[in-house]
Formats: sequence, C-alpha cells, structure tokens
Amino acid sequence: MTDRLEFGIDRIKCDGHGVCADLVPEMIELDDWGYPIINRGAVPPAVLQHARRAVSGCPTLALRLQVLAARR
Amino acid sequence: MSIALLAGPAASEGTESRAAHAARLGPIPPESPDLISVIERSNLRGKGGAGFPVAVKWRTVASQQSGPPVVLANGGEGEPLSRKDRVLMERRPHLVIDGALLAAGAVGARDVVLYVGAEHTDAIRAMHRAVSERSAHERERLRLISAPVRYVSGEETAAVHFVNAGVALPTSLPPRPFERGIDGRPTLVQNVETLAHVALIARFGDVWFRSLGTGGASGTTLVTVGGAVPATVLIEIPQGAPIVEAVNAAGGVTASSSAVLLGGYFGGWVESSNAWGLRMDSEQLRAQGYSLGCGVIAVLPSTRCGVVETTRILAYLAHESARQCGPCTFGLRAIAAAAGRVAGLIPTDGDLEHIQRWAGLLPGRGACRHPDGAAGLLASALRVFAEEFSSHGRDRRCSVATAQAIAS
Repeated sequence: MTDRLEFGIDRIKCDGHGVCADLVPEMIELDDWGYPIINRGAVPPAVLQHARRAVSGCPTLALRLQVLAARR
Repeated sequence: MSIALLAGPAASEGTESRAAHAARLGPIPPESPDLISVIERSNLRGKGGAGFPVAVKWRTVASQQSGPPVVLANGGEGEPLSRKDRVLMERRPHLVIDGALLAAGAVGARDVVLYVGAEHTDAIRAMHRAVSERSAHERERLRLISAPVRYVSGEETAAVHFVNAGVALPTSLPPRPFERGIDGRPTLVQNVETLAHVALIARFGDVWFRSLGTGGASGTTLVTVGGAVPATVLIEIPQGAPIVEAVNAAGGVTASSSAVLLGGYFGGWVESSNAWGLRMDSEQLRAQGYSLGCGVIAVLPSTRCGVVETTRILAYLAHESARQCGPCTFGLRAIAAAAGRVAGLIPTDGDLEHIQRWAGLLPGRGACRHPDGAAGLLASALRVFAEEFSSHGRDRRCSVATAQAIAS
C-alpha cells in the first residue's frame, strides 16, 4: 500500500489567501481572519487531485502534502 | 541540603568564583559520552518549560550525521514571572558552564554558545567574568551572546536564528534545531538550569540525584514563588514536594487566595484549594493536566480579579507575538481586545462566546508554541474563573471590585 498523505503548512509563509479552502473545502476551512484550519489526518483519495492543485496553487507556497506522520 | 544548585555561599555573597566553585565541588569531571546513560538513569528533565527527558534529547543530537553538533545553553528567560535562570547564572555561573561543557562532551560537540537575555545584566556580567576565569582551552570553546529583550527570544528556534542571523524570531519547522541549527549543525538547545543539574549529576551520580526527590520524583528544582507572598523569591525544592511547601518556603501566603498560576504565562490557573496539594513533578502534573512550566508559582490574592489578571497577561502575549503567523498575530490580538472589554465591564455582544471559541482555534497553528501557550492560559482561566467571566460579560459586574467597594 502506498503511503497516505496529509497536509503540512508553513505558518510563517502563509498569508491567508484562502485558495486552499476554495479548492479543498472537505479538508480546509478558514478561521475568522482568513487563515486555514486544516483537518488533520489522511487526505481521502477522492480529493487528492484537488489537494495537489491547492498545493501548486498556493500563492506563497506555504502548503504541502507530506507522508502522514505516525502520531502518539 | 549539602549539595544542590544553590547550596554554598548565600545570595548576599554574589557570584561564586571559579576558585570557590572548584574548592567546594571539585574539578569538572572528564567529558564522556557515557554521561548520557548516567543522565538517563537520573531521570533529569528539561527545565525550560516542556520537561522533555534530557537523555532522549542528547541521544538524538549525538546520532545526527550532519556534522559536529553545537550546544546552546539557553539563558534567554523571557518569562516575566520567572527569575530562576538569571539568578542561577548570576550566582553559580560555573555550574552552568560546567554543565554546558559536559553536555558538549557527551554529544560530541566542541563549541558552546552561552545565550543570555540582554536585560539580565547581572547574569551577563557574572557569566562574562566566569568565562574569563576558565582555562584557555575552555575559553576557545565558549561564546557568550546576549539575546534581545523579547518573550519569544528564548524559544529554541528563535535562539538559533539569532545566533545564525541576528534575528531572534522563531523559524518554521522542520528542520528542528537538533537536525540543523547553529551554522547548519545539529544543535542541542538546553536550559541553563538543566545544565547546572548536569554539572552536579556528573560529579555525584544518578543515585545521588534521584535521592534528592520525594514521592518517586527525582532531584531538586528551582521555583520562583510570587504574588500573595511576602516577596517574590527563588527557592530550590525537592521534586515531588507539594506546592504548599514551596509557598511556605517563600514565607507563606499573605492574603486569602482564590487561585494560583502554575507555570507562568504559558501555564494555567488552578483553584487554590486544588493547588496546594499538587506535587511538583512534571509527569504527575501532566497526568492531571497541569504543568510547572519553567517553575513559576504565582499566588493570586482574593483581592485581585482573575479575569483582569488573565486579560493583562493576554494583552502582553498578544503584544509579544512575533507577528509572523496569521492565527497568532490576529487571533491573539482579537482575544486580547475582547477580553479587555469583558474585564473592563464594557463587553459587546458575543465577546464571551468569541473568546471561548478562539481559545480552541489557536493551538497548533503557529510556527512556535506561542499561540498554544496563550490559548492554554485562557482555557484554564475560562474554567477556574467561569463565574467571574460570566458576571463580567453578562452582568457587567466584577465581584472582586464590588466586594472591595463594600468593604471600604
């Protein structure tokens, strides 16, 4: 089985453009100030294509997809 | 206690010289990687606030393949309620330097950066003098750097960033300092009190250190006790002792008290009745949802309003945000503003509900733990001072101020 992916974000780079929440509302919503609140956990295969688009479309390149980290 | 961090000459005698230090404790033991196992058996935990097991951190740094490591002795101490690090550096600088060199030897590092908060002028003077008293060989390995006055400048990525680039602001993770820190090398960032304990454990052993604690805890710990006590004091106390012992050692409470702030601005409020019996042991406290953080116990007298005090701290933390991450910059500012209206009895509709919701939105959403610390403090205040928040926010009434008005 291939590795499952989750979103990662560089909070310093993020300027709250909100492109990610537009493209992947299933996983990302915006807070009262326009900054993403990201659903932790694996990105479902059905939205993976949109997730990749959100990563490449992030104006500050703050968003990434990373191998799901094992959590305690 | 015959041997402890603050045993030996009294505070009035000032800085202990190298000669006095060596006469009292003997020479610095040889540096060796074997010290890691001794530290592991001692169960020493970091004293900067997170309480992470020291030996685990050392092993991680020692196992990095990306060049020789560096040690950063962190004496930034930005926490306004804490004094332990500055006083320790001022009175026992050679314990800190011994510990930093021993840590370096254990993880395979040559170079040591002594990072001291710029406002701690007495500590800087003492550390500077102490460095000059060391051997030429040791002096070559030591670099004393004073850090800007700022709450976040003691955060470990901020400390590394300042040494590298002169900017004392947190950086994004990864890489973490232990992977790539000072000059791109694996960096062990360790609080100065932790290193001072190392200096004693290396001399007297893990069995000795464990025997200092009570109730299953290990060693002693430095605690700053302030608030409703005769004066803010620094004490050294066995780990595992109940909070009330620390407060009594500080002279006891001077007024009836409703709540205690444990752990400083990144800590949390506890009802006094629950606080006195809590044991000062990081593992036990964590299991109960508390933390001694960097060793702060601040007793709130019943004549002070918890909502007002919390709001004052939130305003400070909002101001001290590095303003690099949106949720911290804007979230803390909004929380501080809303809490300010509630504390000042001029709430607008929804202020209380907003504060409640925002407290839950901040954790985990910054490059560093600044928003987490502020949110944790706020969450504890909303629990402990629930009635007072409601009274302020809905009835525009402060019961503490009202009680004082009636009494006067």
